[in-house]
Amino acid sequence: MPEPLLAIDNLVVEFKTEDGIVHAVDGVSYELYPGETLGIVGESGSGKSVSTLALLGLIPQPPGRIVSGTAMFKGRDLLRLKKKELRRVRGNEVAMIFQDPMTSLNPVLSVGFQLGEAIKTHFPDEKDDAVKKRVVDLLRLVGVPNAETRFNQYPHEFSGGMRQRAMIAMAITNSPSLLIADEPTTALDVTIQAQVLEVMKRVQQETEAATILITHDLGIVAEMCDRVLVMYAGHIVETGTVETIFRAPRHPYTIGLMNSLPKLTEDEEWLEPITGAPPSLIDLPPGCPFHPRCFLAREKCRQENPPLAPVDVGAGHASACHFSEELIGRKSKFSEAVA
Amino acid sequence: MTDLRPTQGPMAPSDDSVFPATQAIEGEVIAPEGSIVAAVDDTQAAGLELKARSQWSYARMRFFRHRLAMVGLVGLVIIFGAGIFAGVVSPYSYAEIDLTHILQGPTHAHWFGTDALGRDQFTRVVWGIRTSMEVGVFVAIVSTVVGLIIGAVAGYYGGWLDNLLMRVTDLVLTLPLLAVLLTATALLGQGNQWRVSLILVFFFWTGIARVVRGIFLSLREKEYVEAAKASGAGDARLMFRHILPNTLGPIVVNATLAVGTAILVEAALSFLNFGIKPPTPSLGVLVNDAQQSPQTPTGGTTWWLTIFPGLTIVAIVLCVNFLGDGLRDALDPTQRRMRA
Repeated sequence: MPEPLLAIDNLVVEFKTEDGIVHAVDGVSYELYPGETLGIVGESGSGKSVSTLALLGLIPQPPGRIVSGTAMFKGRDLLRLKKKELRRVRGNEVAMIFQDPMTSLNPVLSVGFQLGEAIKTHFPDEKDDAVKKRVVDLLRLVGVPNAETRFNQYPHEFSGGMRQRAMIAMAITNSPSLLIADEPTTALDVTIQAQVLEVMKRVQQETEAATILITHDLGIVAEMCDRVLVMYAGHIVETGTVETIFRAPRHPYTIGLMNSLPKLTEDEEWLEPITGAPPSLIDLPPGCPFHPRCFLAREKCRQENPPLAPVDVGAGHASACHFSEELIGRKSKFSEAVA
Repeated sequence: MTDLRPTQGPMAPSDDSVFPATQAIEGEVIAPEGSIVAAVDDTQAAGLELKARSQWSYARMRFFRHRLAMVGLVGLVIIFGAGIFAGVVSPYSYAEIDLTHILQGPTHAHWFGTDALGRDQFTRVVWGIRTSMEVGVFVAIVSTVVGLIIGAVAGYYGGWLDNLLMRVTDLVLTLPLLAVLLTATALLGQGNQWRVSLILVFFFWTGIARVVRGIFLSLREKEYVEAAKASGAGDARLMFRHILPNTLGPIVVNATLAVGTAILVEAALSFLNFGIKPPTPSLGVLVNDAQQSPQTPTGGTTWWLTIFPGLTIVAIVLCVNFLGDGLRDALDPTQRRMRA
């Protein structure tokens, strides 16, 4: 195994609200290797975004608070960097692509100017025409037609897909070694999604950046990622390679997620949801956070929170379920498709 | 990759511009096939440029089509122009005393009449405009800059700093203008226009600070600010490069209106003898002077002494407000539609 590019250990993030403390991320640990794409899936509020925003110090504090944990990135702990050092990391070594391209670009500044800013922030001595040339090249790389004209245009003159391309271009301006994409296609319609994913793949090849792809779309995970983390209520409940996660999921939540998706090859009258609702992050149920909704739940689950333990599906596959062995042979809707 | 939008040809550079579509409707080009192409051709034939328009060019267009704003602009250019070129415009010197012609009504030689010392009222009004203009513009610019910085810092950082700055703002707002000015003039001695301006600035920055703070408070939560932060921008860059341009509309409008208010307040203060002191002519001083000599030696009213400087004040403030309204409408980016 090569050295991990990023090693997060026991990250705990809390938010203080009037109703109590929200345990958004509760003891998350994972590693990311150079050049790989890691998908983080989970429903809204499972801590997907927060766990990555914490890395760049983008959690508003207060009300947020990073309680504990380390995030080693190239020999430094990102969670303990000074404000100034962190600023040098942001957009330079670690870049972020946001969910909504409609609101992530400043409406009163031209797109070219904003992309140029991303360069100038880190390299203030760069000459203006060199910056412009680089920005135009980047726009071309992400497939923005007429890049020269587009350079001077404003965000309102860009369509959603074009804006997300511009955002991707902005993220890769300084050739980061880690790219965090927070639901990059959620705000786009399906045909544009495909194009943007295509662009992201190309960009990854070009920059060789490791990528964390946060999404709740399992289809995107299957297409883009090497490895997957499944998060539930601030915990990692299962992790493994894309292949093993889809072929042999070993956590009831993962199975539930997959079964709740419609299958395009069959005419389905009813989808199969996971019963119940996600737990309140202020008042997590004791034991395994998933037990109130779990079809395997029994007394032990109500008392002990299961650790993320390796299962014998494949290298690096781990599940946080006391009874993961009972799931052997249990197929998800996608098992055959992957196998 | 299949992009449905044409990447070449006349549509390409302007595919988001409103123009081809509007033109198609206005020109009633309803070709059964290739209607888009027809519309574009028609647009070009009509000589309309297909160039991408920036927000500022839209704003400029809206502004120049705003009739009242144009009236205000022309009015201000004439009045302030007279003030700037007071030395050229005025036929006499503002201090030139001619005791043989005191308190005369408007004549060919003295368009606005003469005052109790036989000085030409037109000359004094023109120089008064100059003084008032200096006060208005100076107060507007300086108080905008001060208010901008205080408001931006308060809104951006929030927390205790915001609290402190806003309480100071509240404090200044509660100070009675007249009492403070009275004290200030007593302490600082005779007031010239710069001294009065500085005191006015002390009262005027509060409005802009509050407006700017409000905008910063809401804008700092915007995703594009977070995105800029995520790409490594520091506080100063976020405040002045990313957030500030979004606040320019309201700031420009406020600053413009501040010119009018400052002139009005200065006139009122000078009229009450707390502002600019003679011999510097300001419009307020002139109205005050008129009070001193209500009657001509023959017993008639000296209406010209009050009416001309008074009307000038009204005209300036009205023009400034028209201009401000026009700017407000023009700089509102949600307003794409042109209107008269």
